[in-house]
Amino acid sequence: MAFLSLKNISRSFGTTRAVADVSLDVAQGEFFGLLGPSGCGKTTTLRMIAGLEKPDSGSIEFQGANITNLPPERRGFGMVFQNYALFPHLNVYENVAFGLRARHKTKAEMDERVTSALELVQLPGYGKRAVDELSGGQQQRVAIARAIAIEPALLLFDEPLSNLDVSLREETRSELRELVTRLGLTAVYVTHDQEEAFALCDRISVMVGGKLMQTGRPRELYEQPAEISVASFLGRNNLIKAMRLSSSKTNDGEFKTLEGEHTLRMPVQHDDLAPLNKPVYLAIRPEHVQLSTGSNGAPNTLPATIREIVFSGATSTVRVDANGLLLESLVLRTNGLEVNQSCNVILSPDHLTLLQN
Amino acid sequence: MKRIRGRSVALFLITAVVLLYGVVYPNLSVLISSFQRDGSWTLANYSEVLSQSFVIESIAGSLGLSIGTVVLCALAGVPLAFLFERFTFPGRRIFAALAALPLVLPPLVGTVAFIFLCGESGILAHSIQNLFSLQNPPWRLRGWPALLLFHTYTMYPFFYVLTGAGLRRIDASLAEAARVLGASPFTVTRRVLLPQLTPSLLAAALLTFMTSMASFSAPLLFGGDVRILTLEIFRARQRGDFVIAITETVVLAIISLAALIVFQRYEGTRRFAAAAMKGAPRRRSSIGSGATRAVATIVAVFFAIVLVLPVATLFLVSFAQEGSWTTQTLPAAYTFANYQRLFGDPQAAEVFFNSFTMSAIAAAGALVWSFCIVTLLRRQGRQSRFFGEGWRRLLSLLVLIPWALPGTVVAVSVAEAYGRPSALLGSFVLVGTFWILPVVYFLRFMPLVVRALQASMEQLDPTLEEAAGSLGAPAWQRFLRVVLPLVWPGAVAGTLLAFVIALGEYVASVLVFVPANRPISIAIASELRDFNLGAAAAYGVVLIVIISISMMVAGRLEKLR
Repeated sequence: MAFLSLKNISRSFGTTRAVADVSLDVAQGEFFGLLGPSGCGKTTTLRMIAGLEKPDSGSIEFQGANITNLPPERRGFGMVFQNYALFPHLNVYENVAFGLRARHKTKAEMDERVTSALELVQLPGYGKRAVDELSGGQQQRVAIARAIAIEPALLLFDEPLSNLDVSLREETRSELRELVTRLGLTAVYVTHDQEEAFALCDRISVMVGGKLMQTGRPRELYEQPAEISVASFLGRNNLIKAMRLSSSKTNDGEFKTLEGEHTLRMPVQHDDLAPLNKPVYLAIRPEHVQLSTGSNGAPNTLPATIREIVFSGATSTVRVDANGLLLESLVLRTNGLEVNQSCNVILSPDHLTLLQN
Repeated sequence: MKRIRGRSVALFLITAVVLLYGVVYPNLSVLISSFQRDGSWTLANYSEVLSQSFVIESIAGSLGLSIGTVVLCALAGVPLAFLFERFTFPGRRIFAALAALPLVLPPLVGTVAFIFLCGESGILAHSIQNLFSLQNPPWRLRGWPALLLFHTYTMYPFFYVLTGAGLRRIDASLAEAARVLGASPFTVTRRVLLPQLTPSLLAAALLTFMTSMASFSAPLLFGGDVRILTLEIFRARQRGDFVIAITETVVLAIISLAALIVFQRYEGTRRFAAAAMKGAPRRRSSIGSGATRAVATIVAVFFAIVLVLPVATLFLVSFAQEGSWTTQTLPAAYTFANYQRLFGDPQAAEVFFNSFTMSAIAAAGALVWSFCIVTLLRRQGRQSRFFGEGWRRLLSLLVLIPWALPGTVVAVSVAEAYGRPSALLGSFVLVGTFWILPVVYFLRFMPLVVRALQASMEQLDPTLEEAAGSLGAPAWQRFLRVVLPLVWPGAVAGTLLAFVIALGEYVASVLVFVPANRPISIAIASELRDFNLGAAAAYGVVLIVIISISMMVAGRLEKLR
């Protein structure tokens, strides 16, 4: 039995289908990510888990109980909002104590829990401060303290780091993960930032256009995107349109690229995934596109010309043209590479991924 | 309507009862009565009433007066707004601080002050008469010129304030971009500033038009033989000519509601423009040339004096000994007697007590009710919580109707609906009781409270309530612990405003007051009729003092939120 389970939930606003038939399971103790471009329905999904929106259809189960129609105040989940939603008329202590007052805790217990929550987010002694005196990072921590003070059964995050500047964001990110693990909480975390999702989450669901496209561990999603939308959302990717040739053997595909008419080989697990003579997309990450000035006889070596070299700090991007097929390669060093120079591009079969259309 | 939950039923009931009893039924009664004679449907009232020349004359008079007022107010208010919003010079602040003064004067008090200052036996006329040893006063404050002058004085702030706000909102970089593209300052004004000001100007024009259509005190006291609708309705009711009164009321209501509908459309576009606008506001430039600066300063000081003079006059006259002011420029003898009478005389005390009680009842009712209606009208994200968008708009419009209708119309419609046993109240007849005025005050001024609360609610971040919900607070706790602490300053400021306006209300009061609830404004009018000028002025000064204090408190509260 899954800890939290969404079953075929959908939600429309007017004629816009914000969430379409989404099902997913979250295990206890898991840090689960909902990742996708803005407007993909991830926040609406989170709000339905919180009870702030009702699904038009489908159901939500928590520890086996159907909570679809339970109002948010009776779910006992903690939520951290994108804009923090701290109560401006209450000080830090009262903000953190808000949920405890709603639960009619004694003064002593409230004091103890507020103090320990503020200690956990490294804001001890901040109770008397007004929330508008705090910096963005501190407000963020108060929002987290407020959510964990009620000892939530599930912790929900709606892009909680997007209002922080870059360095603070990375620092808060690792503290957040550490805190959730230490308290043994289960978390659902919404973000549009793949790096953040990869760094934080045990598993991630990628949503595009209201639909759940793929769920998996970060590395799986990155290296084996199943869908073209997932591949193009998760970082830069070379997408190669190609046709599987009839000469292909089982488990070994032979493809002809539509641009450049190169022949590429890669393993294919099921023939169904790449029907013969139908155009499909192959994907390969720029960091896996190797450039070589000589030839070592590796499979999928294509002759190409360097068109552009863009220096961007630790790495450089080299854009090459292989007879009309444009590819990007991410390299650490550009020694010996020059624009208009001829070279060989190697697309290793291990790193090529076949995408479903 | 969707998803009506149990605890919302009370809100719906209260809202429905208030709108049905206060807005729908009275206005429908007037409309129905205007189409009925001896119990059967007919157009006879209209054909009869509209064929009488003085009725046509009064419709034309109201429209003419209002259009003239709009033109004159625009001519006065827009240039002043440009001068005071775009430039800085010595004396600018004096005027800017006083600019909206005429808006807060109760119309009757303003009219009385104007008579003391500009009337044929007022300070200005007397000084010229004595200066040139004239036999007769140099002018008479009567008829069209007097009305237009007074209307311009009291209503120019609509144009001044809205044009100023519009100018502040315009992104400075737009004008700069136009200049860089080669436009002259004149072209910038014509092609960049004025088009963006259009919504503000239209809103100002409509507000001025509606206020002028509702004007009653000035036409009553110095309109001379100018016929206008509000006055004709009042006179027809006094004559007992109810058919004419009701038919004219419908005509006046239709004109005012048409203006409201146009106003709402443009207010919508204005908001949109404001929301889309980002960027730095324009900074005021200082006037370079010394001569121009001097002229600007003189203009500022002159207009500041013009604004203050009527109030100063009222203040002076309130200390005049009764009968001491006949042909002298200023009253000859001064005394505290007027104020002593005001605070000593049990009759005066009763008048104050009446106005305070009735205004407090109306304002408190408006406060409570506005929480009901605003909760119902609130949106959650892109959707309203309880209704489809159509219902939301209809309710918003119903709330605004009493605000848009002249006080005369509100009073006549309530009197018509509840002046006899009715379907809604059974055998209870509201007219003739103490309660008629609190009800009329409530209806007239609750839109102010609703709008103030709505503005506060719109500023309230909806995620705060959601956060409270996720922390386990049920609906009543979310309201008491989150919503109320954040919106009360705005709501109370609006309530205070409604309270002070009700304190000086005259237009509707004069139609339906009874001895049991005689309010301050009626006392002022009767003192004036008895030529107790000092006493009338003293009442006015006390009202102005109360209003000033309330406005200061309201201003503080506005800053709190």
